[in-house]
This record gives sequence, C-alpha cells and structure tokens, in this order.
Amino acid sequence: MKKTSAKAKAAKVTAWDRVKLARDAKRPHLADFIKLIASDFEELHGDRLVNDDRALIGGFATIEGEKVLVLGHHKGATVEENMEANFGMVNPDGYRKAMRLGKLAEKFRLPIVTFVDTPGAYPGDTAEARGQAEAIAKSLEVFAGLKTPIVVVVTGEGGSGGALAIAVGDKILMLENAVYSVISPEGCAGILWRDGKAAPLAAEALKITAADLAKLGVIDEIVKEPAGGAQNNHKLAAANVKKAVLKALKELKSLSVDELMARRYNKLMQMGRFN
Amino acid sequence: MSWFEAKAEKAKIPAAKELWAVCPKCKSHLPKEEWKANNAICPRCNYHGRLSARERIAQIADEGSFKEIFREVSYSDHLDFHDATGDYKSKVEATIKKSGETESIVMGTAKIGGHDAMLGVMDFGFMGGSLGTGTGERIARACEEAIMKRLPLVIFSASGGARMHEGILSLMQMAKTSAAIGKLKDMGLPYISVLTDPTTGGVSASFAMLGDINITEPKALIGFAGRRVIENTIHQKLPDDFQSAEYLEKHGFIDKIVERKDMKAFIAKMLNYWGF
Repeated sequence: MKKTSAKAKAAKVTAWDRVKLARDAKRPHLADFIKLIASDFEELHGDRLVNDDRALIGGFATIEGEKVLVLGHHKGATVEENMEANFGMVNPDGYRKAMRLGKLAEKFRLPIVTFVDTPGAYPGDTAEARGQAEAIAKSLEVFAGLKTPIVVVVTGEGGSGGALAIAVGDKILMLENAVYSVISPEGCAGILWRDGKAAPLAAEALKITAADLAKLGVIDEIVKEPAGGAQNNHKLAAANVKKAVLKALKELKSLSVDELMARRYNKLMQMGRFN
Repeated sequence: MSWFEAKAEKAKIPAAKELWAVCPKCKSHLPKEEWKANNAICPRCNYHGRLSARERIAQIADEGSFKEIFREVSYSDHLDFHDATGDYKSKVEATIKKSGETESIVMGTAKIGGHDAMLGVMDFGFMGGSLGTGTGERIARACEEAIMKRLPLVIFSASGGARMHEGILSLMQMAKTSAAIGKLKDMGLPYISVLTDPTTGGVSASFAMLGDINITEPKALIGFAGRRVIENTIHQKLPDDFQSAEYLEKHGFIDKIVERKDMKAFIAKMLNYWGF
C-alpha cells in the first residue's frame, strides 16, 4: 500500500467530513446570509391556500443595488428557531409559497436567488395529505419555466427532492463543504448496506461533494469557504457567496429572455445525457 | 418434530410460494393461475396488482400498433457505484439479462382506441421501476418527439422513486422530466399520467404528478415518503388506507380511479374530448 505522509492525510477531507460540516449548527444559515449579503429584505408570507410555512422563507431584497427575490430553506440556529422552522423540512405549503413568489418575481422581471439547505422535504402525514409529491413536482415544472434569471446557492445540506424543488435554475453555485444528494448517506446505508452506521461509506459512494458535482456537470461553480469551514467566519463565507451571486446575475442579465430559457432547458436536458 | 423433519418442512415453502399468490392488500391466498387469469386483480378486495410493462402495453395499445423507440438508451454508471452487496453495473446487467428490458420505462408510439399517442410504461420489475438517467432521457426524448409529431403523451408509472445507484444524476432526472413535460404541455399537447401500484418518491414528486389529468387504479399505493419513515417522524401508526388511490382521490390529487378493464376506453374517451 502507498504510504501517505501525516500532513497529506490531515489535508484529505472525506465526504463524510463534509456531511458533518454541512450540518454544523454554527454554519451560516439563511438569516445570516441575508443579513450579510443584502442591504434590505422584506419578507412576504403565505401560500394563499392554507398556511405560511416557516421552513421556506421568501421576500424581496437588494444586493449591491440589484433588486431580487430571495427564497431559501430556514433551519434556524436555536432550538426555538429549529422548532419553528421544522428543522428546514418544508411542507407542500412552503413550495406553493415559493411558486407564488417566483411568479411574482417573473411578473416584474426580477431575478431570483435561492439558498438551499434542508435535510429533505417533511415526511409527515399532513404533508402527504396536502400533496407533498404534487407540490415538489409542480415546483420543478414552474421554476424550469419562469422567464427570469435564477441563481441557486447550495449552502449546506442539499437533501434530495426537498432541495431540488427550489434548485432548478440557470447558475448553480455550491459552497465548498456543502453536500447535495439523492438520499441521505444514512438512508442509503440503511437500504444498500443494511446498516445505518455505514453512512460514511455511502457518502463516499454517492459522490455528494461540491467537487464531485462539478465533475458530473450538476453545478457550475464551487464557492470557497474560510479555512476549516464557513462556521469559522460567517462574514468571509457570505462575502464569497455575494461575489459569486453578483457575477452570475451580471452574466444572466445580459441574455435575452429567449436565450435564457433555451439555455436553462438545454442545461436540464444535458443532465446525465450520454451518447 | 425432529431436526430433519423441520428441515424438510422448510424446503417445502418455496414450492408453496410458486403455487399460491397472496394479495398484498387483503392477504387472501389464491392459486397463481387464478391470479393471472384475473389480470392480477384480487377477486376479494379488488386491489389492482402489478403488471409488467409488456403486459400493460398489450392491454392499452391497439393490437400490433406499438412501435418501441429509444431501446438503445439504457442505464449509465456515472458514479462507478459500489455498495455492500457488489457493484451497480453487475446488478443492472443481470436485470437486463433476466427481464429483456434495457431500462425501467418502455417507450413507443401506439394507437389507443384509434388515437395516435406516445406511450411510456414503467416496469416495476426493472430495479423497482427506479428513475435512472436512461429513464429520464427516454421520457425527455419522448416529449421532444411528441411535440414534433403533435402526439398526446400517456405515461403509466410504477416506481419506488429515484435510483440511488446513479446518485445526484438520478435526482436531476426529476427536474429534467418535469421541464420536458412542462414544454409539451405549453405546446398545447395533452399529458395523461396513470399512477399505478406503486408510485412513490422521486417519480410521484416529478412527472407522475404533472398530468393534465392524473388517474390511477383501485387500491394503488401513491405517495412521497415511505410509510415507515412517516411513522417514525410522527410517532403514530398510520391508517390502512393512507397513501392509497382512494386517499389521494379524497384529498384532490387524482382525477379518477379507473378499473383496469375500463382503462383503455377511458384514455381514448379523454383524447376524444380534447380532439386528439
């Protein structure tokens, strides 16, 4: 077996390390990013049907003079906030709110910036009764067709369909230590290893890190994090996100609506395409 | 019972399994021959059981009208995926050999009661009907082809959800298929989604729930999350009819529950109403 120096070993960050970093409670969350990136933010509430889901927050904001709609998963930083936000697990009402606000942004040609950080859509009986599957499906269809630029930032946990529902866009950015996966490593390990404790192995096999996703063509850009992870320096992490978002917005705003829509459609069609 | 008798007893069980079918809903036992003769429908509780894609096509497409397309679009092992029981490539190759199918959806053009249509039928026997990159690609191409030929789209789903062996790219097929179907609908073409037993996870949360009309069969299981996951989340036992076709209809997500014997005529009738 090849010998590796202690230094090289220490430098190797495994997929499982990144899962833990992505879930770190001290990592910057939606509220931190909004505070550090936008000069103002006006939250708008409700799906106009039954509820105002606190796990998915939306509102208009200004980022360096750019007026945008911000949508994002809300996990919360304290126990009270976690409870209020249902730990970032969205109900159908949340996705319906996102669609409503997305259409409002489209109406006024305002770009949309989404922040993705959820363990997954809420797996509860009430969520099923109100059509979790339909709400996610409809979100995918709607965001694929909104005639306004969409920039997606995967900031923490990209948990399967619950993440994807607000992650269809024109530019997909991902923080260096964020993860994005079809199933949680624990869930996959439980099914394919018959042992939840094999999660680190599943995390490796599923290829869920930013570097993996860039190679697979699922994301466009990796956003650097401060040394040791974004939890060590919220300001620096947010500054890097802001820079990447502004660059993406500038590029997308230079396109005509037809070009934008054709590019987004082709981008989606290329996912996993092979010859 | 001595140990060798117990062993002999155990050896008999597979033989019984080969002779008897058990309805997964009401647990009735009936001879396999009878189950098959009754078109995989339980005579006791009217549960509409699973059919292979080929059996379904034979019941829906007018005789001799089905022309398969995109058979060459198959799975892809982008991740070089290995788990505790081996590698994905060997598993899927074994499935291909055994089933004769090359992906979890069979796609083609067909006549349905005289109406030209693009018809896709998922096969639960192919890796649990999971949504892989090949499945998504077939659906996306079918939408493009249907747009070109001005054909309505009919898809029968039967799937446990995304294919985790294909990782994030299987998740992306949810977005890809939904975008392609959105485009087809924007072009004024109809899409009839038939959610058959079972349709869950990433398939119900993408193209299967996006029909201009969503229909299903009696007692089919349709949902997003798995029953056990939900019970663990809410710490409560769920009622028997939870996530059934009847439950979905009651909550407003299904247009109609259609008996298998009436399915073809119902689809043809809808296409007729809409002028296709």
